[in-house]
Amino acid sequence: MRITVTVNGQPHTREVEPRLLLVHFLRDELSLTGTHWGCDTSNCGVCTVQLDGVPVKSCTVLAVMADGHEVTTVEGLERDGELDAVQKGFVECHGLQCGFCTPGMLLTARALLDRVPDPDEGQIREAISGQLCRCTGYENIVRSIRWAAEASQKVAESEARQ
Amino acid sequence: MQVPAKFEYERADSVPHAIELLERYGPDARIVAGGHSLIPMMKLRLAQPEALIDINGLAELGRIAVEGDELAIGALVRHAELLDSTTATNLFPIFRDAERVIADPIVRNRGTVGGSLCQGDPSEDLSAVFSALRATAVIQGPGGTRTVPLREFHRGPYETAVAENELLIQLRVPIAPGTGSAYEKVERRVGDWPVAATGAVITVRDGVIAQAGIGLTAVGAEHFCAPEAEEFLRGKAPGEETFAEAARIAAEHCEPHADQRGPADFKRHLAGELTKRALTRANLNVAGSATDPNVAGSATDPNVAGSATEGRI
Repeated sequence: MRITVTVNGQPHTREVEPRLLLVHFLRDELSLTGTHWGCDTSNCGVCTVQLDGVPVKSCTVLAVMADGHEVTTVEGLERDGELDAVQKGFVECHGLQCGFCTPGMLLTARALLDRVPDPDEGQIREAISGQLCRCTGYENIVRSIRWAAEASQKVAESEARQ
Repeated sequence: MQVPAKFEYERADSVPHAIELLERYGPDARIVAGGHSLIPMMKLRLAQPEALIDINGLAELGRIAVEGDELAIGALVRHAELLDSTTATNLFPIFRDAERVIADPIVRNRGTVGGSLCQGDPSEDLSAVFSALRATAVIQGPGGTRTVPLREFHRGPYETAVAENELLIQLRVPIAPGTGSAYEKVERRVGDWPVAATGAVITVRDGVIAQAGIGLTAVGAEHFCAPEAEEFLRGKAPGEETFAEAARIAAEHCEPHADQRGPADFKRHLAGELTKRALTRANLNVAGSATDPNVAGSATDPNVAGSATEGRI
């Protein structure tokens, strides 16, 4: 079946089998290996990407279901050579150890901040509650997302003053 | 790598088209929406449909609206959308209670209300919720639509009243003044099925319970409800002792099975305790009663209707 999926702003057309999962479409067809592939059972959340701006577990979405839709992966967070605030937060606050859960965490964090710009710790913990960090580094992940929220607030305030 | 077996894929562009596709492919076709039960089952070959009919494009099935004295919830409403719908959660706080603990936030973005009910898992949360609410399922087939009370919807584990050539399109929940509702669940961790869970809905008129709904899941209650306990509550004034006795009757009605989530007697105990708690909280959010100084808890309780959850994701 012929599908066109817009990934990180770029349309990609491929001939795929209906049974191809979105995670494998991204990794194997488009070579976007930033999206990781974990438990295969929609538990661990490392395969999380945004589908039309909403975080989904791409091991449980068929590629054909993304036909005509927009997907954002970790490769799409950077803008004009500058890391997204959530990526900077993970750098600043040591938000990753092995890095396996990181891309999924970043996309969930981005979607959370788009909706709730100033989340408290409870809201952050709830937002990432469908994702596992096998290094158990949750404390720093929460701090990283808070850092991103505060940094974005500061940018917004300084822009408002100008 | 877990990959489903080969299947034909069709995208429905209307409800009649979906039904036409179901008729064309016959019993080996399955409807797919969120896919978060079906796709994992297909990976494990627990399900091996020859065709998937994708209804994700049917926006007409994704609405939540008050229609007359009923709340109409489309089958394609995502769990996250039901949780976010103040129309639904203000009328029935039980939806907020339950949706906060169904799967996890990312799965809730994808999974649908109709899919959860049609999966027919004996531990499914919304089956208990809609059973407690005495909802009606609207099912469409080649001959038009028909309605089935939710309490007749489940025919057994993984079996529902929806025929092979039919589609669940909507749930309708009766709205009655003086109604309060709540859901209580014990789960081992986020995203797990319940060890046990209970939903309670009570309608209070002139100081007595005019109607009660008790929904139970994961504890072997037929049709996800406890009719004897509901009957006991009818005509009585809401109160601690009454709720405790109803909870005892509800627990007795259950037939839980021991599994990795716990022994049967523990689940039976939970069914009773959670029923009591759900009834108590349902009573607190009966419209107008939260200000009653004699009622424990009061409107400052963040779990009670209408407070403190705005902005959560």
